[in-house]
Amino acid sequence: MINSFPSVKRRRQTNQAPGPKEEVRANVKNFELQKNDKYYAWLFLGPSFLVLGIFVFYPMLRTLYLSLFLTDSFGRPTVFVGLQNYLNLLTSKVYMASIQATGVYVIGVTAFTIICGLLLAAVANQKIRGIEFFRTIFTATMGVSVSVSAIFWLFMFNPSIGVLNQIALFLHLPTVNWLTNPHWAMVSVITTSVWMHLGFTFLIFFGALQSVPKTLYDAADVSGASSRYQFFHITLPMISPTFFFVAVITMISSFKSFGLIDLMTAGGPTNATNLLVYRIYKDAFVDGNYAVASTESIVLAIIIAIITFIQFKLLAKRVNY
Amino acid sequence: MGIELKEITKTYGQDAAPVLSTVNAEIQDGELFVIVGPSGCGKSTLLRMIAGIIPITSGTLTINDQVMNGVPPKDRNLSMVFQSYALYPFLSVTDNVAFGLKARKMAPAEITRRVQDALAMVSLTDFADRKPRELSGGQRQRVALARAIASDSKICLMDEPLSNLDAQLRVKMRSEIRELQRKLGLTLIYVTHDQTEAMTMADHVMVLNDQHVQQIDTPLDIYNHPANHFVAQFFGTPQINLFAATIAGDEASERITIDDTLHVQLNQPLAAGRYTVGIRPNQMALKPATTGGNANVLNVETLGEQTIIEVTMDSGQEVRIVQAGQVQIKINQRVTVSALGPAFVFDDQQTLIAEQGGVSDDQLVSVG
Repeated sequence: MINSFPSVKRRRQTNQAPGPKEEVRANVKNFELQKNDKYYAWLFLGPSFLVLGIFVFYPMLRTLYLSLFLTDSFGRPTVFVGLQNYLNLLTSKVYMASIQATGVYVIGVTAFTIICGLLLAAVANQKIRGIEFFRTIFTATMGVSVSVSAIFWLFMFNPSIGVLNQIALFLHLPTVNWLTNPHWAMVSVITTSVWMHLGFTFLIFFGALQSVPKTLYDAADVSGASSRYQFFHITLPMISPTFFFVAVITMISSFKSFGLIDLMTAGGPTNATNLLVYRIYKDAFVDGNYAVASTESIVLAIIIAIITFIQFKLLAKRVNY
Repeated sequence: MGIELKEITKTYGQDAAPVLSTVNAEIQDGELFVIVGPSGCGKSTLLRMIAGIIPITSGTLTINDQVMNGVPPKDRNLSMVFQSYALYPFLSVTDNVAFGLKARKMAPAEITRRVQDALAMVSLTDFADRKPRELSGGQRQRVALARAIASDSKICLMDEPLSNLDAQLRVKMRSEIRELQRKLGLTLIYVTHDQTEAMTMADHVMVLNDQHVQQIDTPLDIYNHPANHFVAQFFGTPQINLFAATIAGDEASERITIDDTLHVQLNQPLAAGRYTVGIRPNQMALKPATTGGNANVLNVETLGEQTIIEVTMDSGQEVRIVQAGQVQIKINQRVTVSALGPAFVFDDQQTLIAEQGGVSDDQLVSVG
């Protein structure tokens, strides 16, 4: 890639070597175009700037501003405290627990979504009779909204009538308080979230698997590679761009999990599933503590920025072939 | 020894028509065997069955006297080069060549030695660390060859390996592959749709069409004694001229008439009836006619060392004639066309039955 840059430049230069007269005319024309361009640029970009400004940039700056103050119950800044809010937050044990819970949740959701999605895609990619039916079934969760899936998983997790505990009883296993035991609550919300992410992930992985040329496997067959070897040395490297894409998308999406938490556990029991986003909501709109919520928002934004930066660094290194 | 195909048939689905039926052939050790035919004739299917990538429906495949029908590809001890090269885009040239060897868990020192030897043989040593996308088409092709060489198997299968290359490179690679095959003593089975590749490279050629073997022979024997219409038309550029012809009367005759002005004299008599006569364009001649003549010039293509002239006979049939040198002749010029040398006579089954100069049956291998 880098090697080709000089040659491109050179070519462009030789292309731009007309006679002196033509050059002048070209410049004049360019200037006119630029004037027009500016006008059109503002015309086309204006609406986006307006909307983004009102709904993104202004709230962002306002949040940053509020995080440096104490606020009253209406969210108005009262006393400037500098970085005190941040210091309080980063020394708070409860907040650190929340970060830890979020970490467990995000990593758990991303890892299991990728593993299950890839597994389903690998199965659906086999030539088995009737597999088309399952391909449709596997993508079905894409069409289910957060609230609907939260509600029917609530039914499944119900300690007395839920199907999971019914199965446990049938198999003479101990029953579990899925949503009221702090450890199991995390497992439950991760399960639900994985299930919700699965349809999309499956679809993306399935598409990636289908696009790997068949002759690569034929060649590997002839040269003596087992199907296990082929999976790890052909399939995985070939779909690595998809792999990272799915990882980034799932991570960002699970960082944003709100409805699921609100409907299933409301952050409980004892803050075990009080993820960062849910905590912001609770601090701001339940407890009316706007300064703290603003500070938490900024910290979350920084965390996500760092993770995204790392992912893109990895992306550039690993995925390029 | 060698590779033997006995009554090989391939059918997809139970009641479907076969895509290949009753293929018989023997491929000797160390020869370059070309399977040629138009697209859809089943030549790649045949090659893939030999490789073991797709199963054989019925018939027997033996390699070195061992039946191979159920043996998985990796145990057949052969290598394969694909039309698309099937290189792994995320691996360097070295790792691509070493892929199979690593999969077989060979000792690292042995892998390094083989890879280096193979890359040297296709003159790619300087490109060992590049990725496939940083190589030209010809170089990628050579990586695929190096991979086959490194596997050290004595049988190599190639599926249209040159068809993604430009014309000049194709000519160059043709001789390179031939040279490699001789040097390594490979038994090379080579699939192509290009009759020129078949003619120039092969020790033996199998011509496939319509799911059937049309002829198996040396290139020259195929050119000189085509078993049927199809083979006659498939080999040779420009295409052979086929004429409807008759032997008139009730008695066998050596004189076969194409039209009032064009005859072919045979060496042995043939029974009266209708036949098809094939005459290659370079075995026909024409001269300008001031009066009379039997054809008009339709088109002239001057290639430098030869000239291809298309004429319309008075019977309405179009005929291709090749003359050496640069012939100056005008379109619509009135000409006299005559037949010179060898001609082929086919019966109504399109099968070769006689040649001018005579032909004995044992020279022909034909499958209806």
